[in-house]
Amino acid sequence: MTTRLAGLGRLLRLALRRDRVILPASVLGLVLLSVGSAQATLELFPDDASAVAGLGDLVGNPAVVAMYGPISAADADALAVFKTVMMGAVLVAVLAVVLVRRHTRTEEEEGRLELVGAGAVGRWAPLAAGILVALLGVVAASGLSSLGLASLGMDPAGSVAFGVAWATAGFAWVGVTATAVQLASTTRGAGGLAFGTLGAAFVLRAAADSVDDGVVHALGWASPLGWAGRVEPYGPDRTWVLLLGLAVLVAGVATGLAVLGRRDLGAGVLPARLGPARAARSLTGPFALVSRLATGTVTGWVVGMLVGGVVLGSLLGAVGDLTSNPAMARFLEALGGSAGTVEDIYLASETRFVAVAVAAAGVALVLRLGASERSGLGESVLPTGTSRLRWYGAHVLVAVLATTLFLLVIGATVGVVGSLASSSAPGFWATLGAFAATLPAVWVLVGVAGLLVGARPRLAPLAWALLLVGFVVGELGPTMDLPGWLVDVSPFAHLGQLPGGDFAVLAAAVMTLAAAGLTAAGALAYGRRDVA
Amino acid sequence: MDDVTTAIDVVGLRKSFGHTTALDGLDLAVREGEVHGFLGPNGSGKSTTLRILLGLLRADDGRATVLGRDPWADSTELHRSLAYVPGDVVLWPTLTGGETIDLLGRLRGGLDEDRRRRLVDAFELDETKKGKAYSKGNRQKVALVAALASEAPLLVLDEPTAGLDPLMEQVFQEELAGLRERGRTVLLSSHVLSEVERACERVSIVRAGRVVDSGTLTELRHLTRTTVQAELREVPTAVEVGAWPGTHDVSVEGSTLRLTVDPDHLDALVAALAPRGVTGLTCRPPTLEELFLARYRTEAHREEVPA
Ligand SMILES: Nc1ncnc2c1ncn2[C@@H]1O[C@H](COP(=O)(O)OP(=O)(O)OP(=O)(O)O)[C@@H](O)[C@H]1O
Ligand SMILES: [Mg+2]
Repeated sequence: MTTRLAGLGRLLRLALRRDRVILPASVLGLVLLSVGSAQATLELFPDDASAVAGLGDLVGNPAVVAMYGPISAADADALAVFKTVMMGAVLVAVLAVVLVRRHTRTEEEEGRLELVGAGAVGRWAPLAAGILVALLGVVAASGLSSLGLASLGMDPAGSVAFGVAWATAGFAWVGVTATAVQLASTTRGAGGLAFGTLGAAFVLRAAADSVDDGVVHALGWASPLGWAGRVEPYGPDRTWVLLLGLAVLVAGVATGLAVLGRRDLGAGVLPARLGPARAARSLTGPFALVSRLATGTVTGWVVGMLVGGVVLGSLLGAVGDLTSNPAMARFLEALGGSAGTVEDIYLASETRFVAVAVAAAGVALVLRLGASERSGLGESVLPTGTSRLRWYGAHVLVAVLATTLFLLVIGATVGVVGSLASSSAPGFWATLGAFAATLPAVWVLVGVAGLLVGARPRLAPLAWALLLVGFVVGELGPTMDLPGWLVDVSPFAHLGQLPGGDFAVLAAAVMTLAAAGLTAAGALAYGRRDVA
Repeated sequence: MDDVTTAIDVVGLRKSFGHTTALDGLDLAVREGEVHGFLGPNGSGKSTTLRILLGLLRADDGRATVLGRDPWADSTELHRSLAYVPGDVVLWPTLTGGETIDLLGRLRGGLDEDRRRRLVDAFELDETKKGKAYSKGNRQKVALVAALASEAPLLVLDEPTAGLDPLMEQVFQEELAGLRERGRTVLLSSHVLSEVERACERVSIVRAGRVVDSGTLTELRHLTRTTVQAELREVPTAVEVGAWPGTHDVSVEGSTLRLTVDPDHLDALVAALAPRGVTGLTCRPPTLEELFLARYRTEAHREEVPA
C-alpha cells in the first residue's frame, strides 16, 4: 500500500502548484454563484410569505422542477437557492471531472507520466493525487458555500444540506472520472465517458423529477444528480444522501485502481484495433481531416441531442397552468422567456440551456487547433502546402457546422415529440426556429475561441471561462441584479423570446457579424504568429 | 561557383524566444542537388533554423531564401516543393500509418504510388496500426515514407534517424543515395556522424545559434590539427618541441614523441624531425568525432574566455 502510494506527497504538491490559479478561481466562482444569487433573491423576497406568494406556484411546476430539481416551496431560504442547487451541482461535477482528468489521463497521454512513473513513484500515486486535488476542490466549494449561506443568516442546517447536495454530485463524479480515465486511453475519450455520464444523469433526473411519484419518479434515485436534487436544502434536509455520493466515490476509485493494476501505461482497457492501410478517397484536404477527426465527438453529441430532445419534448406535456402572478412573471423573465404561453416560456428557457451546451461543443472543436499545435501535429500539416488560413478555417467551419447540426437535431426532435406530448405545444417549425435562433450566440463563442487560439493559444482556455460567465450571467443576471453592461456582455442575454415572442433580428445580425469579425481577426493573427 | 544555384540561402538570421537567443546571426548556404549536413550540439538552434526555413517561425532579423522564395511570405507555395520530417514525429492517434502517409501526400499534392509501395516494403512498415500504437522508430518511418515518396525537389529532415535501428538506418542511407542520384536537395540535421560522413557532401556546424564552420569534410579536416607520433633516435624535450611553431599537446615517453600540429606547420615539423633519426612515423588526420568535438569545444572556450 505505502509503496503503491510512494511519492504521493510530491505529486500532490506538484498538482496543487499547477492548479494554483484554476482551483481557487473555480472555487471562488462557485461560492459567488451560490451566495450571491441567494442574497439577491432574499432581497427580492425578504420573508417566507412574499417568497411563497411570488414563487410558490412556479417551483411547483413540473417543467421547472425538471430543470432545477424539486424544492419545498414553503420557505424563503429554500427559494433563494432553488436555481443554484442543481446548476451548481452540475458545475461542481464538471470541476471534479476536469481536475481528476488533467492530472491523470492527460499526463499519461502526453507522456509526462512515463517520466514521473520511472522515478520513485508508486503505481497508484498519480491517480490518488488527481483524486485528492479534485476532492479538495469539491469540499472547498461546498463547504465555503455552506458557510457563506449561513453567514447571510439563512438556516444553518439547511446551509449544510446545500453544501451536501453539491458535495454529493462532486464526490460521485470524482469516482466516475477515476474509472473513466482508466477505461479510456485518451483525454478526449475519458471526457466523453465522464461528461456523457453527467449528461445522462441530468436527463434521467429531469425526467424523474417531472412527475411526483411512481416508477419514473423512483428512477431519479438512479442518478447522482437526482440525489443532489433530493437533498432539498432548507426543507427535508436529507443530508444522508451524501453517503450515496461517497459510495459512488469509493466504488469508482476502487474500480479505477483495479483497472490500473491490470493495464499498461498509456493504454486503456479497449485493445488497440488495426485500421485500413490506405486512406479513403475522401480524406484529401484540411477540412476532410478535421471533420474526420471530429466524427466520434459529433456522433456522440448527435445521440445526446436526440435523447435530450425526446426528454425535453415529452416534458412539454407536463407543463401545467401557471397562474398569472406579477411577482412570478418577473421570475419567469429571469428564466428566459417572457412571451407567449407557458409552453413557450418553458421552451425558451430550455433553448438557452441547450445553446450553452452546444456552444461548449463548438468551443472545444475550435480549440483542437491549439491542441494539435501543442502536440506537434500542426508541424506535420502546415509544411505540406496547407495554408494557415485553410487549416484555421477548417477548424472554425467544422465547429460552425457541427453546432448548427446539433441545434437542428434537437430542435426537430423536440418539435416532433412535443407536438405528440401536448396539444398546446408550439408547432414543429416554431420549435425548430427557436433552437435555430440561438445559433448566432453560439457562433459568437466559436468566434471568441477562434480569436484566442489564433492570436494567443496559451490564453485559449479563457474561452471556457467566458462561456461559463456568459451562462451564469445570462441565467442569474436578472435575479442577481447584476449591472446591465455585464449582462449585455453575454451573448445568451440577447436571444429573442422564441417561441412565442419576436425574433430579435437586429441582435442576431449583430451577433453573427461579431462572430464573423472575431473569426476573421483570429485568422489574421494566426497567419502572423509563430506556429510550433 | 556561378554555375551552381543555391537552394537555401540564409544570411544573418536572428531569432529569440523571450530571453533565450536561439539564433544569433546564422548564415547557411545549401547548393541545389547536394545533401547538406547540419550539425551542432543540443539546443544550438538547428530545429529553430529548419522551422524558420519552413515558415513556421518568423525570423526576428536576417534574410532567408528557400528555392528562391521567402519562406514566411510564400510559405504555402514553397511547401508544395518541399517535404519535411519533424524532429518529434507526432501522429494522429486515430488514423493508421497508411492513412497518414496518404493524407500528408495528398495535402502536398500527390505522391508517387510506386515509390510509396517500395518504401513501405523497404522500411518494413505495418500500415494498419493506429497512430498511438506505433513505437518511436515506426512513427519516424511513417513520416519518412511520406516525405521520401513525395516528388518534392527539396527535403528538410530534422534528425530523421533518431529512432531507427541500424538496419533501418541502412535503408535510409540507400534512399538518401537514391535522392542524390535524382538530383534532389536534402538538408539533414543530425547527431550521427557516421551518417553525415556517408551521406553528406558538405556540412555546416552550428553552435550557439551561429554557423562556426561550413564546407566539405575534407576542407573541415584540413582546418583541424593532425596527430603525429614519431619514434626518434635523438628525442628532444617536450618543452623544446612545444616552442616549435604550430605544435600542441606534446608528450615524450622513452623514444616516442606524441603531439598534434596545425596543418600549416606539418611541413616544418617533418623537416625538424628528419635530422633526429626518425625510425617510425604515424600521421593521422582527425577522426570525425575529434573534428566535431574540437569544433563544439573550441567554440565553448572562445565564449568563456572573453567573458
Ligand atoms: N518555442 C520555443 N520557446 C522557447 N525557446 C525555444 C523554443 N524553441 C526553441 N527554443 C530554444 O532555442 C534554442 C535552440 O533550440 P533548437 O530546438 O533549435 O535546438 P536544436 O539545435 O534543434 O537542438 P537538439 O539537437 O536538441 O534538437 C534552445 O535554447 C531552445 O531552448
Ligand atoms: Mg532539434
